[in-house]
Amino acid sequence: MAANDLTKRPALGQRSASLRRRHLLAALFKACCVGLTAAAVAVLGLLIYQVAADGLPWLDMQFLTNFPSRFAEKAGVKSALFGTLWIVTLTALISLPVGVLAAIYLEDYAPPSRLTRVIEINIANLAGVPSIVYGILGLAIFVRFMGLERSVLAGALTMSLLILPVIIISAKEAIRAVPASIRLAAFAVGATHWQVVRAHVLPAALPGILTGVILALSRAIGETAPLIMIGALTYVAFVPAGPMDEFTALPIQIFNWVSRPQQEFHELAAAGIIVLLVVLLSMNALAVLIRYQGTRK
Amino acid sequence: MKNTDLPLLEARGVTISYSGNAAVKDVSLAIYEKKITAIIGPSGCGKSTLLRSLNRMNDFIDNVTQEGQILYRNSDLYGADVDPVEVRLRIGMVFQRPNPFPKSIFRNVAWGPTINRLPGDINVRVERALKQAALWNEVKDRLDDSALNLSGGQQQRLCIARALAMEPEVILMDEPCSALDPVSTARIEDLMYELKQNYTIVIVTHNMQQASRVSDYTAFLESGRLIEYGDTDEVFTRPKQKRTEDYVTGRFG
Ligand SMILES: Nc1ncnc2c1ncn2[C@@H]1O[C@H](COP(=O)(O)OP(=O)(O)OP(=O)(O)O)[C@@H](O)[C@H]1O
Ligand SMILES: [Mg+2]
Repeated sequence: MAANDLTKRPALGQRSASLRRRHLLAALFKACCVGLTAAAVAVLGLLIYQVAADGLPWLDMQFLTNFPSRFAEKAGVKSALFGTLWIVTLTALISLPVGVLAAIYLEDYAPPSRLTRVIEINIANLAGVPSIVYGILGLAIFVRFMGLERSVLAGALTMSLLILPVIIISAKEAIRAVPASIRLAAFAVGATHWQVVRAHVLPAALPGILTGVILALSRAIGETAPLIMIGALTYVAFVPAGPMDEFTALPIQIFNWVSRPQQEFHELAAAGIIVLLVVLLSMNALAVLIRYQGTRK
Repeated sequence: MKNTDLPLLEARGVTISYSGNAAVKDVSLAIYEKKITAIIGPSGCGKSTLLRSLNRMNDFIDNVTQEGQILYRNSDLYGADVDPVEVRLRIGMVFQRPNPFPKSIFRNVAWGPTINRLPGDINVRVERALKQAALWNEVKDRLDDSALNLSGGQQQRLCIARALAMEPEVILMDEPCSALDPVSTARIEDLMYELKQNYTIVIVTHNMQQASRVSDYTAFLESGRLIEYGDTDEVFTRPKQKRTEDYVTGRFG
């Protein structure tokens, strides 16, 4: 009982040694977190500063509306920018429905069998396969076997393969995070399985699903290796008019410029990186907007 | 028990196990039409498990196995030709913890009737259900607000309204008043009295006064076994079992 004897406790203003130690530990931990975050932000800031210093002078309307050229003054990213937009849009159109439906199936409908587990484990493994391997697969299946040549469609299909595992995994997580009590409530008012999924599970999981999709697409935008593999590393001086046209993409154009010896082209590459960053940030902004709209309802 | 009517719902030798551990053991009991049946018993004795088996909500728990029979109007509730959706349309449920949809108050009540195309004006139906659940006055000006902004007790009444809007034959209520103040509790009890005209109610409660006040029959469960089942008056005033007496008079444990 002695420990509980209130009269023997120090006055409220005096902290005990153990409490002081615990506060010290908390402060130390907080300092670590702040320090590491600051370091990461500083590196990012330095990178952006370097790119901006090199690239900004080259960044004007002409840069966006001109096609690539042998002369640095006349070179632009028009075909690469449009190629990237084409690839991203098509990839989203292909991978979003396939990925989300696969996730719904695996989470909600698949029987809890060994086969289901094997599939799930393998999807997780696929997320770790190097992107060049998807490029080889795309080259073999889409470019050669299906005869799509070096088209936007072949590129988008390859990119879809690449990001599907990530989309499926994040969509599965989002679906699993929907509280079971909501599903049960819906079943209890006489809903069918599909009505529960359609009206409650999907809307509740949508913000999480979209975040995963946008993150995956952002990865696809920056990918160079699989596109090079399927043969997109060519001089393209036109904007694709349809999914069967040839294309180039921003990372490929940047890679192209960086690999030239002249300093001007290196600065052009920096300008290209800025364009790529702007596309990326706009997509993330779009994701935030969609999520905000989704949660407001 | 002297009731000679045909039971509406009847459990016969029902044993329900989670991964092999029996939570309900060999329970047989009959639930009569337009009566209120209370299920009482200590925490963890299997009340919710038994209740869920009455409208096939245990179907959604992966590791559940069930033996014995549950009859509804003398036909097997778990028969191969029975659609569980149809079962839940006739036997509604209010859960132990309030679980509103993360949608508007109106949508919470209107969704079930809408997807099932129940007849009549949906606005009238929603208003009636909310009035019955003693919630209408508090929410009538903000039907489009999110249900998640309601207080715990209001959410619970919303869940009651959601079940009532379906106009089922049987309403299973798992501690519907656990988050309610005495005034709301009294109103829900009044509601149960009123509903008895048309509905059959099974209620799980930890509140002995509530069980003795509102119910016609009382079942006492202890560690999964049905210890006593009979007229509420008898169970509370002349229990046959010593354990029942100890429990209802608060002398157990
Ligand atoms: N989903 C589940 N998985 C495994 N065991 C469960 C599950 N649900 C309940 N149980 C177990 O079954 C037994 C009965 O649980 P049940 O929820 O039916 O009790 P209860 O009488 O409703 O209790 P309370 O009054 O606390 O709500 C408990 O021992 C519980 O741990
Ligand atoms: Mg319970």
